[in-house]
Amino acid sequence: MSTAIIDYNAGNVQSVLFALERLGVDAVLTGDHDIIRSADKVIFPGVGEANTTMAYLRERGLDELIRSLTQPVLGICLGMQLLCEHSEENDTPCLGIIPQKVVRFRPEKGEKVPHMGWNSIRNLENGVFTPNLEGDYVYFVHSYYAEVGPYTTATTDYILPFSSGLQKDNFYATQFHPEKSGKVGAAILKNFIAL
Amino acid sequence: MLAKRIIPCLDIKDGRTVKGVNFVNLIDAGDPVELGALYSEKGADELVFLDITATHERRKTLAALAKDIAQHLNIPFTIGGGISSLQDVDALLSSGADKISINSAAVRRPELIDELARNFGSQFVVVAVDAKLMNGGWYIHLSGGRIPTEIRLLDWVKEAESRGAGEILFTSMNHDGTKNGFANEITARVSESLSIPVIASGGAGQMEHFYDVFTKGKADAGLAASIFHFREIEIRDLKEYLQGRGVAVRL
Repeated sequence: MSTAIIDYNAGNVQSVLFALERLGVDAVLTGDHDIIRSADKVIFPGVGEANTTMAYLRERGLDELIRSLTQPVLGICLGMQLLCEHSEENDTPCLGIIPQKVVRFRPEKGEKVPHMGWNSIRNLENGVFTPNLEGDYVYFVHSYYAEVGPYTTATTDYILPFSSGLQKDNFYATQFHPEKSGKVGAAILKNFIAL
Repeated sequence: MLAKRIIPCLDIKDGRTVKGVNFVNLIDAGDPVELGALYSEKGADELVFLDITATHERRKTLAALAKDIAQHLNIPFTIGGGISSLQDVDALLSSGADKISINSAAVRRPELIDELARNFGSQFVVVAVDAKLMNGGWYIHLSGGRIPTEIRLLDWVKEAESRGAGEILFTSMNHDGTKNGFANEITARVSESLSIPVIASGGAGQMEHFYDVFTKGKADAGLAASIFHFREIEIRDLKEYLQGRGVAVRL
């Protein structure tokens, strides 16, 4: 059992590694194509800006590599948004693996953007979400979100309902940070590793 | 619904937790990593570690501490205290800190906020602000509150936001250490003048004070130290109380 965390100089990918260590999962932080391709599980974390991150991935051929992966892949936060088709953040074409648009929160009644803090996940569907987690709180930090669509596996309400989880084929994704979401986040990471 | 956050603050000196009452009289209150894990277990939503060590070895020690905390803690944490350069921040973030907070250094050189936001992203940058009500106006103070300035609080927080701060940690020096409640009126003005979240700090003594700062004070998070360290208020009890009064919290 090997788990690769895609390292692309994004902020705080260490946290994902530490979270897996706490679960007793042996993981490696790497940008190496062969290691990523041959891993049993791949985690695509992310904190940062969509456009520069896509450029970074393209320069290293990681965009093509991610598209070609057939094992379970988990995109986290920006990693989830980049799995989608397009992000409104600097009008960025993304990986296009999940046909879904990513747009910016537009406050209606003085709500704060970014959406930062603990919020609950609902309408959970299979994959990394077990029914016992319905309504539980997880940790978010983001200004852009994926709309609710056919690939939504969890929703969260902030200004409007958005996709806090997505899945298409072997690609799973969470908008929140499971690595920072206490016991609930640990359970979700464990579910992914057990796929 | 987005929950209001409860944040214990741990002051760190030479690798140990301490708490200043009105910024003086320090009392040792334990090991930061152990205390942090305990708070996470008890239901804290986030932690702030504020380093008040003043030696030249500080940067290295603090980065090692950040890593130790990141390995053991499963909730977000912020590290602050004496941070004044991109190198300081880089060392902390690559050690696993989720956010850093800057205070005096940002007032002395506001461009630091732009540089940090550009290099690491706004979500990493908490601007901490100590202010005091003097002659009817709220003024920024530097160096743990020792040095007054003529900068007005609302002007400064708006500038910090426009330069790329991701969050404001506002401490009322008039209320800090008093346990008579947060500075609700000015906290509401800070919160309403910004589109980024505001953490209120200074004055927590009873559970009702948190209810007030979330409702009247419009704060997104409430921060306190000694009442948690000395177990005058248990976080679980506080959250049950808040939920009972209709405030969204993570339980």
